[in-house]
Amino acid sequence: MLKYIGKRLLHLIPVMIIISIVIFAIVEMMPGDPVNAYLGVGSGTTPEQQQRLREELGLDEGPVVRYGLWLKRVLTGDFGRSLKYRRDVVDVIGQFIWNSFRLNIVAMILAFAIAIPVGIRSAVKKYGLFDNFWTVFSLTGVSMPSFFFALLLIFFIAIPTPWIPLNGMRTAIMAARGYPSRMAEIIDIGKHMILPVTVLTISSLASLTRYVRNSVIEVINQDYIRTARSKGLSEKVVIYKHAFRNALLPIVTLLGLYIPGLFGGSILLETVFIWPGIGNILYTSILDRDYSMVMAANVFYAVLMLAGNLLADVSYALVDPRVKVK
Amino acid sequence: MEKNMKNEIILEVDKIKKYFEVKKSFLDSGKSFVKAVDDVSFKLHKGETLGLVGESGCGKSTLGRTIVRLYQPTDGSIIYKGEDIAKFKGQKLKNLRKDMQIIFQDPYSSLNPRMNVSTIVGEAMLAHGIVKKGKEFQEKVVEVIERCGLSDYHIYRYPHQFSGGQRQRIGIARALALNPDFIVADEPVSALDVSIQSQILNLMMDLQEEMGLSYLFISHDLSVVKHISDRIGVMYLGSIVELANKKELYDDPLHPYTRALLSAIPVADPTKKKEMHAIIGEIPSNVNTPPGCKFHTRCVYAKDICKEVVPEYREVKPDHFVTCHFAGEI
Repeated sequence: MLKYIGKRLLHLIPVMIIISIVIFAIVEMMPGDPVNAYLGVGSGTTPEQQQRLREELGLDEGPVVRYGLWLKRVLTGDFGRSLKYRRDVVDVIGQFIWNSFRLNIVAMILAFAIAIPVGIRSAVKKYGLFDNFWTVFSLTGVSMPSFFFALLLIFFIAIPTPWIPLNGMRTAIMAARGYPSRMAEIIDIGKHMILPVTVLTISSLASLTRYVRNSVIEVINQDYIRTARSKGLSEKVVIYKHAFRNALLPIVTLLGLYIPGLFGGSILLETVFIWPGIGNILYTSILDRDYSMVMAANVFYAVLMLAGNLLADVSYALVDPRVKVK
Repeated sequence: MEKNMKNEIILEVDKIKKYFEVKKSFLDSGKSFVKAVDDVSFKLHKGETLGLVGESGCGKSTLGRTIVRLYQPTDGSIIYKGEDIAKFKGQKLKNLRKDMQIIFQDPYSSLNPRMNVSTIVGEAMLAHGIVKKGKEFQEKVVEVIERCGLSDYHIYRYPHQFSGGQRQRIGIARALALNPDFIVADEPVSALDVSIQSQILNLMMDLQEEMGLSYLFISHDLSVVKHISDRIGVMYLGSIVELANKKELYDDPLHPYTRALLSAIPVADPTKKKEMHAIIGEIPSNVNTPPGCKFHTRCVYAKDICKEVVPEYREVKPDHFVTCHFAGEI
């Protein structure tokens, strides 16, 4: 198993290099000048001063040389400084990841906790009232863009309900004065999480219930379920022990892909709710031409994606006795 | 092979029917039914093997599954050891599982891929409280699988680590674990190589002798059925068209469909010329079954009466039942 994981990690190296070249090239092609963005429009600096800054930041070299230099630094763990935050990019990302994680972990737990029982029940009573309700729910959930749903929630729920905050992560005045206790801080953040978590949960719930349902339906029609029934086992044992355990396989794969996403954040949603997460940061740093930040965030997303795939494959091998790793 | 023929009757199936509802379309709310099993009656003696043959889709498997109550019969009665089990539910049905079991056709898909042999074979014993978990349980599982030709070191292996023949041995061990008296074998060797087929058939016959089992043996392979059965029933479109002692059926088939089937068995002698009773046309749909005799659309002897009157399932000779107006005349 370890050997397998090691081998998979080795395979990731060339993939990562290609991805880094692509990211570098895309960022390179972005219109706009980082020096101007850094100094601000109308900073009153002379062209000589701008040129000096350009040299200081190493922006006067050609793209190939800069890619080499960048890669060299990245390999030592140095992603450079953020032009906007005037801090190390790694620190900035590290700070905001946890804000995204906070939202996503709650939404993911809720989504799985609801989707699994709902999916099983829909599968067992296929085309019943319960199943049809969730089918309509899923279709609506999948079809509606999350930012639109977010706006609907703000308009119809948050505005008429004064204690539900519209956006942000903390109540500004409370945060500025300092929270009276840790509990008060948790409650405050919790209130701010209600809307974004609802949107995230419902949008992943929509596809997840379908996924669980179809996976269970497929297993229920297998011959070995009939075998289990012929043993005289109770229907509960047949469904939960025989059917669900086998249906779990694709769901575990899905979970593997979800886990890295926990740190990813959602650009649109975090922008709508002004949530200080990694998605929001990526978005604003693109607007600010904060090159180091954009590159680091993209590399981070790429790593997450690859880690997710690896995790899914490994968990697959762990759950299914038939997947023997060679 | 003429054993125990006049023994006690263990199972009596009387006019059993199993219809499946088919939804026509979204707009048309009218119901129609697939008549998978339509009015089947027969008796099975203790220690006997009744073979059931017929082409694909004639309702053999459905009949088998209905008898062991994996399906709820639409109508008719199933008298097993003096009790009508057709409407058993809950605890009574659960207890029935101890007494009648089924061996499935496909040894690849009928075993749960995520359970090891010990669980597959032993689960039912635990569920019915025959043994408790622990040493005794393990011994019992080993005993059952050894009886079926597997070894004790196999018990912690998973189905994918076995060959097809071994898998079917697991399937048989699983069915035997509860010590049943009656087993429905639903095409147990169809998915296996010919060389393995005979091993499994011999195993089943040995077990029958040892444990006094009664089999309902379903197959589409006439030579397999001939090898293992005492009596043979021929099914066509959900009904039994002929049922007789093996020798009697092969020597003197009375139904035109049986004759056609038997004449289709290849003979391993190229010089021997055989009289062929070819049947014409395709098998009709079992949703809109033909009126009168179901076979009349393909029967070369069909007369007017065959198109209108449903022939009776009658005993033409002692222990030889035929569903044909002209049985014995043609």
